Amino acid sequence: MKLDVRWPIGGMFSLIGMLLIIYGIVSNPALYERSLGINVNLWWGLVLLVFGLVMLALAYRAHRLLVH
Amino acid sequence: MLGIGWALRRVIKNSEDFFLSGRSIPAWIAGLAFISANLGAQEVIGMAASGAKYGIMTSHFYWVGAMPAMVFVGLFMMPFYYGSRARSVPEYLKLRFDEKTRGLNAITFAIMTIFSSGISMYALAKLLELVLGWSFHWSIVLSAVIVLIYIFLGGLTSAIYNEVLQFFLIVLGFLPLVLLGLKDVGGWSGLTSKLATVATNAGFEPGAWSHSWKYMDSPSHNPMGMEWFGLVMGLGFALSFGYWCTDFLVVQRAMAAGSMTAARRTPLIAAVPKMLMPALVILPGMLAIGLHATRGGFLPIGDDGQPNYNLAIPMMLAHYMPSGLLGLGLTALMASFMSGMAGNVTAFNSVWTYDIYQTHIRPGQTDQHYLRVGHAATVFGILASVLAAYSATRFNNILDMLQLVFSFVNGPLFATFLLGMFWRRTTGHGAFYGLLTGTITAALHYGLTLPRGAVPGIKGGFLGAVLHTYPSEMALNFWTALFAWTGCFVATLLISLFTKRTKTDDELRGLVYSLTPRIQEGSMPWFKRPVTLAVGILVVSALLNVIFW
Repeated sequence: MKLDVRWPIGGMFSLIGMLLIIYGIVSNPALYERSLGINVNLWWGLVLLVFGLVMLALAYRAHRLLVH
Repeated sequence: MLGIGWALRRVIKNSEDFFLSGRSIPAWIAGLAFISANLGAQEVIGMAASGAKYGIMTSHFYWVGAMPAMVFVGLFMMPFYYGSRARSVPEYLKLRFDEKTRGLNAITFAIMTIFSSGISMYALAKLLELVLGWSFHWSIVLSAVIVLIYIFLGGLTSAIYNEVLQFFLIVLGFLPLVLLGLKDVGGWSGLTSKLATVATNAGFEPGAWSHSWKYMDSPSHNPMGMEWFGLVMGLGFALSFGYWCTDFLVVQRAMAAGSMTAARRTPLIAAVPKMLMPALVILPGMLAIGLHATRGGFLPIGDDGQPNYNLAIPMMLAHYMPSGLLGLGLTALMASFMSGMAGNVTAFNSVWTYDIYQTHIRPGQTDQHYLRVGHAATVFGILASVLAAYSATRFNNILDMLQLVFSFVNGPLFATFLLGMFWRRTTGHGAFYGLLTGTITAALHYGLTLPRGAVPGIKGGFLGAVLHTYPSEMALNFWTALFAWTGCFVATLLISLFTKRTKTDDELRGLVYSLTPRIQEGSMPWFKRPVTLAVGILVVSALLNVIFW
């Protein structure tokens, strides 16, 4: 069986996304002055998490198709 | 973040050998690895630096250069590479011509890998200097140690897997930077008005930084100092075709595909994301120079009185990114610097050990002997890269230096390939002396001309007389490549006509176009055929050229 590259990609970005979201929630808002007042850690963390989960879902679907 | 990458690498490493066996990589993975092999730090830092220095004209590297070249590789070159099973350019040259052509190419290729790795090393050291606050010298030492450890830990064993991961890391690490920068300057129209200040300050029409073709009627009207003919022939033809058709670090990714058709589709699939890459790598540079001109002091000024354009990306990261996302951006950069260095040093090692040492210096030794030579070559390659990294400090845009190296190596080589693949009459003597002539032509042109404002030395003009002064370093590179290509083409043609063929038609089967069986694609639906994909890519690139005219 081959390891689908989407597993590690999905896993990595989901993890990074979650870490960024947590950091975005607990960090001091003053940190975001340089990023035009936008909490980019929170928002981009969400984007990364969604991307990671989509990759995992695609990998899972391909795996299911392979098994059947 | 570095820790996550490290932990993942271990998991991935064990599974890849497995994955690669039998050349059965899905097309989209091979495609992403194909552009990722080229989307190194050099590209990210260099294209942003060029975006700042030359404006949107840098997009010609993509929409005039890479797109047609990648289509050409997919449609016409892959059948020979895939069919002949050659695993490197020197190997192909040996099969098609002879041992001496292979040797000459191996030497120039080895020099090129050293410069490429040196340029990555320079970029990594600059980044460490900025982040850690160390001096440049110590940062170089640290970079050298890092790459040495990386290679000896077997850094490249999972190349293709890593490259796909890195592709996403770079795209997702830099996209927020571009979005924030664009929002800050007020969108495309805000950026154009800032770039108008840049252009008028430099003595050009206001649109010189934001129009890709409009000011190319004369070299004096645009920051790159090119007119359309030199650009299309020098960059579009000689440099880009030379790079994409003969750079095996890139071509090998396509050869990992499962079938001939998949191998041909790889560069074409890769061309689709490649086409959009300017938004990610050139735009930040344009944003940086716009901010530099209107808000002042954004880019540090170098010894030559010019801004150090190489720092456009690191300075943008430091300016906009809060801790957290900053880590992601830095990880993306460092990962690609390291793999860029490691890839080139490893390539240097194998070319030196197998194509030069084993073939020409000491054949018939034990495997252990060659392994020791290989280790020594790795250490030597890193030390030589340090020298190349120091020479990179003389360039305020590393893409200027990189293209200079390519103009010496890939420019003439492309003429050899073109004749070798499409004209069976091309002889070994013709190829060898043609390649030599091309390289010497490049050296003569480079030695007798100079970019404006430069002193004779590493930037050219070292042969005593300066016959012509170009408006920019990049203009000199494009013309060097064109001269080298022409020199090689004419010499190969003439010498081939006056020398005897040493290879019979039978030996050239699969290596020359007219002697290779045509590929049958009759059973494929039309929309899956490489030709359809190729036409689509060319049409969209043409549209992009028109939009940003």
